[in-house]
Amino acid sequence: MKRRHVLLLLLGLCVTFAAHAIDPLKFKDRAQELRFQHLTRELRCLVCQNESLLDSQAELAQQMRHIIYKQMQNGRSDDEIKQYLVDRYSDYVLYDPPLKPSTWLLWFGPGLIVLLGAAGVLFTVRKRARSAPATPPPIDDEDW
Amino acid sequence: MNRALPLIGFALLAVLFGFGLWWNTRHDQREVPSPLIGKPAPAFSLPLLDDPSTRVSKAEMLGQPYLVNVFASWCIACGEEHPVLMQEARQLGVPVIGYNYKDDPDAAKAWLAQHGNPYSMVVTDRSGATAIDFGVYGAPETFLIDADGIIRYKRIGPLTPQVIADVLEPKIQALKHAAPKQESP
Repeated sequence: MKRRHVLLLLLGLCVTFAAHAIDPLKFKDRAQELRFQHLTRELRCLVCQNESLLDSQAELAQQMRHIIYKQMQNGRSDDEIKQYLVDRYSDYVLYDPPLKPSTWLLWFGPGLIVLLGAAGVLFTVRKRARSAPATPPPIDDEDW
Repeated sequence: MNRALPLIGFALLAVLFGFGLWWNTRHDQREVPSPLIGKPAPAFSLPLLDDPSTRVSKAEMLGQPYLVNVFASWCIACGEEHPVLMQEARQLGVPVIGYNYKDDPDAAKAWLAQHGNPYSMVVTDRSGATAIDFGVYGAPETFLIDADGIIRYKRIGPLTPQVIADVLEPKIQALKHAAPKQESP
């Protein structure tokens, strides 16, 4: 039983070493590390634009992770760090873009399309109901 | 009419698809519009490539419009852009500063010796820290900064003769007409 625990512990150590080998950042506690991961997951890497800053191995992403890390150590809030990046790279770095006139289409576009589709369906159904004959159509007993 | 409806639907989708293709040939999907246009360029103080003990700062550059061209010897698209700069940089009428981005100084010097040096001066940013203030995310990028130190235009990707003739030159001309007001006689 004890040996199994030790084994598990060693396995756990392997995992943490592997994770830190990529980007050795020392956090003051687990909460800050989680905060860092949460924040960098919400930010887009500008080099490989389908990846978050957390996932990206691009050099620029690594550099930005270090900047974010440093600003965190200096007590900057998540919003301040986000604003720092938005000032330089525009809203594009945010995976969750703010609601403002230039992003209205982005936010409400899908809903608008659904509404248009629903209106189309409603229109068609109503039209068919009106034009449908009162008596059911004769049963088609043609032999196939 | 009802029977034609699916066909009309399909035709609309086809048109939308065609429009998407057409749009993509004219727009770079990767291009991120810079929020710095119309705002003061970030303060910088960067060493010269040829003489690292001399630094060039934003304050020194005030008073005239100039271009900042971000390049690196490792950057393939910069190699495509370079002949265009060699041909056009001297005729633009404004200083073109080479911004050597995250590059080894020796590699940059060798690259310029091999391909020619179109720049009026070359500054280096080996760590890329200042480049982040400029919102640089990939070379080549080109900034047009006016006499007051305001960023007027940014080109992401290589400059082409067409971009220079259609966009850059008119913008430079507009700035040069505005510039004499700033200069003291």
